[in-house]
Amino acid sequence: MTTLPGIAAIGAGLAVLGAGIGIGRIGASALEAIARQPEAAGKIQTVMIIAAALVEGAALFAVVVSLLVAG
Amino acid sequence: MPAALKTNAFLPVSQLSASRFAFIFTFVFCTLLFFSGKSWASDQSNAEDSSKTGAEEFDAISTILHHVLDNHDWHLFDSKDQDGTLHPVSIPLPIILLSEGQLDVFMSSAFEHGHATVQRGSRAYEIDNHGHITESNGHSVLDFSITKNVASMLIAVLLLLIIFTRGAKSYDASSGRPQGIAKVVEPLVLFVRDDIAIPNIGDQYKKYMPYLLTAFFFIWINNLLGLIPTGANFTGNISVTATLAFFTLLITNFSGTKTYWGHVFTPHVPLWLYPIMIPVEMVGVVAKPIALMIRLFANITAGHIIILSLISLIFVFKSLAMAPVALGFVLFISCIELLVAALQAYVFTLLSALFIGLALEQPATDAHH
Repeated sequence: MTTLPGIAAIGAGLAVLGAGIGIGRIGASALEAIARQPEAAGKIQTVMIIAAALVEGAALFAVVVSLLVAG
Repeated sequence: MPAALKTNAFLPVSQLSASRFAFIFTFVFCTLLFFSGKSWASDQSNAEDSSKTGAEEFDAISTILHHVLDNHDWHLFDSKDQDGTLHPVSIPLPIILLSEGQLDVFMSSAFEHGHATVQRGSRAYEIDNHGHITESNGHSVLDFSITKNVASMLIAVLLLLIIFTRGAKSYDASSGRPQGIAKVVEPLVLFVRDDIAIPNIGDQYKKYMPYLLTAFFFIWINNLLGLIPTGANFTGNISVTATLAFFTLLITNFSGTKTYWGHVFTPHVPLWLYPIMIPVEMVGVVAKPIALMIRLFANITAGHIIILSLISLIFVFKSLAMAPVALGFVLFISCIELLVAALQAYVFTLLSALFIGLALEQPATDAHH
């Protein structure tokens, strides 16, 4: 199948799109939260990174799957 | 985030605009150079193609995969002889094989990059393009070789031993004040303790500090070693991250309290939901370390692939004018990768601490459960 790598690439792109929206929203909310309460910046940052890592993990699952399909 | 990363985010405005100006200038300059050079370069490559037909096509994917995967020798570069054929130049690494109860040890240079068969007693070893060693007479082979990744790991271990033994000794000499290398290491150790272990694990954090510190520094230093050109992609090897994640799995589950296992096997749901909930909870126990494994592997491998793809652009376009553009982007991505190297070590340690903290959960004191 010659079209399979192309479809896999589209899948990887879609996964990254989702992760981009997710991490963007996390970043935006963290920014708002820190702006409201600058003294809690440290705690917010930690929670932000945990959430971003979890979103990213889900996206990476998809990217690895499309890598396996394409390869 | 480590303190060094935090301060970078708040550059003075004057400095920021200067660096932004420099960036825009470089970008515009490189773009102009690229477009002005393109017509010239395509003429050149056409002329070259017609004069030398049958020149081998550059295969970006196989080149990138060759650099990302583990290997039996440490490839440095290719040298071209008078005929124009490429010869790989690499550091040979020891190969240790167990076949028919016999241990065979020799250097990987004996294979002459896959062109030669190595004869040891009645056993003849061959290596294929992917670095798999097979035995010609059909015997099974166990491969315990010091491959590129193992060699890279040993270098990292040596570095860690030097840094930490020197750091620890300096405390004895100066009655408790950090001296020399300990001045660098102490804030990082305190960061792991105060920002990772204590908030997530709580009172019992001391028991888990050795593992968390080992994971943090081991992953970080290996990530950094992987960023050095010609370095190995050690933390981008799924076996390595699987082993690290397996340690987290063992530590998490061996420190699990009655409440933790209670959540898995007797969740607070109606009885008829048990056939659904118990398998889901059991998958959850395994899925958390698997996510750790995939995250580290995919992040580091993706970083390497991006850098190599950008460098490959020069050879795909066959144009020297592409070089400043590609190298500019490589520089930019490399700076991001420096951040990612620290961030992934932090995320792995943080999530390990979080999982351990969840496993140490004590029964809720309020009665509504």
